[in-house]
Amino acid sequence: MIAVRTPEAIAADFPILGKPTSRGKRLVYLDSAATSQKPQAVIDTLVTYYSEYNANIHRGVYEIAERATETFEAARVTLARFINADHREVIWTRNATEAINLVGYSWGLQNVKPGDVILTSQLEHHSNLVPWQLLAEKTGATLRFIPADDRGVLQLDQLDRLLDGAKLLAISHVSNTLGTITPLDRIVPAARRAGATILVDGAQGIPHLPVDVKALDVDFYAFSGHKMLGPTGIGALYGKRALLEAMPPFLAGGDMIRKVEYEHTTFNELPWKFEAGTSNIADAIGLATAVDYLTALGMDWVRAHERELLAYALERLAPLESRGLAIYGPKDPALVSGVLSFNFADVHAHDLASILDTDGICVRAGHHCTMPLMEKMGWPATARASFYIYNSKADIDALAEGIEKAARVFKI
Amino acid sequence: MDDFYRDFILDHYRNPRNFGHLDHPEASAEDLNPLCGDTIRMEFEVDGGVVRDVRFSGKGCAISQASASMLTETIKGMRLEEIAKLSKDVVLENVGIGISPTRLKCATLGLRVAKSAAIGEIAGWPDEE
Ligand SMILES: Cc1ncc(COP(=O)(O)O)c(C=O)c1O
Repeated sequence: MIAVRTPEAIAADFPILGKPTSRGKRLVYLDSAATSQKPQAVIDTLVTYYSEYNANIHRGVYEIAERATETFEAARVTLARFINADHREVIWTRNATEAINLVGYSWGLQNVKPGDVILTSQLEHHSNLVPWQLLAEKTGATLRFIPADDRGVLQLDQLDRLLDGAKLLAISHVSNTLGTITPLDRIVPAARRAGATILVDGAQGIPHLPVDVKALDVDFYAFSGHKMLGPTGIGALYGKRALLEAMPPFLAGGDMIRKVEYEHTTFNELPWKFEAGTSNIADAIGLATAVDYLTALGMDWVRAHERELLAYALERLAPLESRGLAIYGPKDPALVSGVLSFNFADVHAHDLASILDTDGICVRAGHHCTMPLMEKMGWPATARASFYIYNSKADIDALAEGIEKAARVFKI
Repeated sequence: MDDFYRDFILDHYRNPRNFGHLDHPEASAEDLNPLCGDTIRMEFEVDGGVVRDVRFSGKGCAISQASASMLTETIKGMRLEEIAKLSKDVVLENVGIGISPTRLKCATLGLRVAKSAAIGEIAGWPDEE
């Protein structure tokens, strides 16, 4: 069995969490849904690559180039195993956004026809909405949305009707604004029956939940490394092999070719067909270290830990509700990952975040890149606290005390 | 930053001055802070190049709303050319010190809007020659 570690012991692996703020406060980092902190092991991996074997990959015949190529490709295997995929089905991208756009431009322009339906949901991040608006404009397809109720829970009673004529279902695994976990076990089989291709935006899924792309039965799964302990600038697209084989390249250039003549090019095989130009070698290798770190903890432990934190937060903050605290979402830790979206009385989310910041507490305030959802819900902005493996109940106590302080500052 | 929210700021936030709309504004402008979605609209009644009356509307944080509210008091009676030349110092004088660089964008939103209303109106004037 996996050794269970305390969040305090885990936090000690993250150098930034041990550094006091400029006001001398302990850093209480509650914005992991925006980007996670990085453990020393990931930082060391980057330093080792650059200081010991920095070389371009897939070309050099000398020793450090071979080491770089081997480590880079081993990183792909590590990531593939983490999601139960074949390594040829894992394509490196810069982030989730680029992975989604790859599907939009390559698969989408080839397969989506006038009159087709692209089905998504009312909860989506702009990254899983705007690319489909563009694709619909280019192809003459129509966008449809699975509605969410006022708690942010997707309403599935009309799902079969919505899926009628759907060429693509593009949906997030977990909402970044509310943390609600999409019931893929209900939606995916219905989408299969309707014959739709299925893309899951896993940017908030893979950092927090066990992901097995075969068990989920999805065609594409897009995600970013920086939200799962990895460096910025690296992400990946998982795609089913048959689909990827049939898709045209997205970007063209070096590395993605087999044979180039002046008038014609034969493309490389998977996954390199989709990796034009020099890859982000260091950060891919760094992401594999992040995956090893998460694997050692166990994703079931990660999920259980966040669930416990959310349950504690709901309980700890409940007394503030009578003083104007509004917590959004279903308030059920079984349905939500480690995200808490809220507003407090007439304190605007930005003012709240500024006041919390004076005590070293980092939360996000704003529309969280989900402007249509905010508009639908009638929230001009919300404050969002999001949890990860290094957060403890003490961080939630700090949040509760920070909100009390805002009440004093605003004389509530 | 927490000492920034002094009583007069909260007062302007909760009881904004010159809030609302004019029936027939000669000049107006609006803008938003894309970072946070705060919006401000300014409307001027102009007579002889002087702002005789002003209203603002919008929604957002205490900093953007209080700062816009205070600015309406500052610019009432000013010439459009003077408003067009205002620098962010006027905002800092109004709200006081202690604002972080990101939040300065909130504080200066009203100023940006007032200046673009003034500049837009001046640009529409006939050439003097
Ligand atoms: C649900 C969701 N999708 C997509 C993204 C985009 O991620 P990135 O900016 O790393 O591409 C995010 C990041 O905030 C997200 O939360």
